[in-house]
Amino acid sequence: MMHRIRALEQVALRGLDDKVVLGAIHPSIGQEAVPVGVMSHLSADDLLLSTHRGHGHTLAKGASAQAMMHELLGRVGGNCGGKGGSMHIADFEVGMLGANGVVGANIVIAAGAAHAIRLCGEDRIVACFFGDGAINRGPFLEGLNWAAVFRLPVLFVCEDNGYSATTRTSTMTAGAGPAARARAIGVPAVEVDGNDVLAVDAAAAELIGAIRSGGGPRFLHARTYRMTGHTGADPATYRPAGEVEAQRANDPIGRARDMLLAAGVAAAEVDAVAAAALAEMDAAYDSARAAPYPPAAQAFVDVQDIGSPAVEAY
Amino acid sequence: MARLSYLDAGRTALAEELARDPLVWAIGEDLGRGGVFGQYRGLAETFGPDRVSDAPISEAAILGAAVGAAMTGTRPVVEMRFSDFALCAVDELVNQAAKARFMFGGQARVPLVVREPIGMWRSSAAQHSQSLESWYAHIPGLVVACPSTPADNKGMLKAAIRCDDPVVYMEHKNLWALEGEVPDDPDYLVPFGQARVVREGGDITIVSWSAQVHVVAAAAEVLAGQGIEAEVIDLRSIWPWDKERVLAGVARTGRLLVVHEAVAVAGFGAEIAATVAERLGRDLKTPVRRLGAPRAPVGYAPPVEDAVRVSRDAVVAAVTEMMR
Repeated sequence: MMHRIRALEQVALRGLDDKVVLGAIHPSIGQEAVPVGVMSHLSADDLLLSTHRGHGHTLAKGASAQAMMHELLGRVGGNCGGKGGSMHIADFEVGMLGANGVVGANIVIAAGAAHAIRLCGEDRIVACFFGDGAINRGPFLEGLNWAAVFRLPVLFVCEDNGYSATTRTSTMTAGAGPAARARAIGVPAVEVDGNDVLAVDAAAAELIGAIRSGGGPRFLHARTYRMTGHTGADPATYRPAGEVEAQRANDPIGRARDMLLAAGVAAAEVDAVAAAALAEMDAAYDSARAAPYPPAAQAFVDVQDIGSPAVEAY
Repeated sequence: MARLSYLDAGRTALAEELARDPLVWAIGEDLGRGGVFGQYRGLAETFGPDRVSDAPISEAAILGAAVGAAMTGTRPVVEMRFSDFALCAVDELVNQAAKARFMFGGQARVPLVVREPIGMWRSSAAQHSQSLESWYAHIPGLVVACPSTPADNKGMLKAAIRCDDPVVYMEHKNLWALEGEVPDDPDYLVPFGQARVVREGGDITIVSWSAQVHVVAAAAEVLAGQGIEAEVIDLRSIWPWDKERVLAGVARTGRLLVVHEAVAVAGFGAEIAATVAERLGRDLKTPVRRLGAPRAPVGYAPPVEDAVRVSRDAVVAAVTEMMR
């Protein structure tokens, strides 16, 4: 799965160069271990709220790579029919209730989805991903407090890549960090090396187990690193020389490969997984490029039932 | 029919919907003790604290959680106390609730009702008195309701709760005690976009909504004494608004005056005036006019507050001028 996420984003970045991915995309290259480690403990019934940097979350939750690629290109066959693009990908069939273009906005929405689950007496849970920049927004406080007060089944996952867009988060954030803030609100928190997929998997297993047994919300602070700029078009020259190079040894896919080889898995087998992922995404890309844009009339579909622009003759 | 206050009509509507549909629930600050104005009195006792729930003073979370809960199959009714406070949750309403269905390609429905009382209410000053309905009329995806009578506050709140679109439901704080006949029918629904004709008249069409309707109706009585018969139309909802009924009225009378409590500049009256001017401009007997508040905050001291009210006499004066 980490290879699939990496390949999807590498191909999407190619789409930017080819000028067929028209809007901004926010790659998560280097952060793949976090969604993979968490999502392996969720079923299709469980719900997910994602961010603008959400391709990995979406794919790991079970969305079709081909539909995602169509969406990134704004084509028919996309998860949202080409009307959302990268920042608003959603796949309700697999419990993925949407990426979000507004940092931190998904935290209160996740709390509400969990509130509905509790009201309906269901046993599924909600996972909500956000970055380290989101902890400085009001909805972080409001959403975590809400989940704690109502003892809701939510796992909050802070993917801490060190940057709030192009600003180092540490220069703009007071206090002892995401986990400390969560604990101060009464949400038990665990800190983990977010580039170690097995460590994320183990931490997520423990936290999700506590949530499923009725323990209320939990918080996972995963330290990771964004190998690219904020967007696909950001050269990230604000980073100190050598920072990215130093992080290459920390790449979650490289580290997982080392672990597999040490466990006796043949290198050719691992390479085959990577090659298959790339081939899958190449095919998805070709399919998307061949698909048409949605017709202009789609501008007026799914706005609202009452007083919709289709009825309103402007 | 029962004689109910505007407040109790809304309370009855919510109680009936809570009883009818187990997916309906209400949440907001102080609801366990009846809400800030008593609109929820007794409901937590009847339906339990999970379905009529207290909330922290967290407007963004109240509205944001409602978006998540609505997308997950329930039908939340959220109370924001004052439309002024709902501004703490504009992202959740404008960027999230209004757009989820469209941007997710139709996968989401967001059937929530945001109750946010509007209007001047003696000496409530600048942060508890605003009428912000035109803000939300501007946002694709939202329905905007402004009931003016007890019957409408029952039928429109029920319609809002049963509606699959997010509805901004703006009760007027000065109307809570207003009494009127309210149908007993538990399925009494007032459809959005269907105006109520308050008064027939052939000389001029006056369009209004919310509490201002009552000021206009009083002005129409005065005008009738002067031999001027005004047609008074209560729009009830401003999105959608009953364009057909307004155009039909103005086509007959040849004169339009729009009156609202909100600031006149960029108020919804501008939309109505522009629409009528575009469609009927050549046939008008006199140019369209708007009456709204001056572009000033609402003050605390009564004379300062009254300075931004559109009074009965101001309506009479405007109509008298237009009839010359």
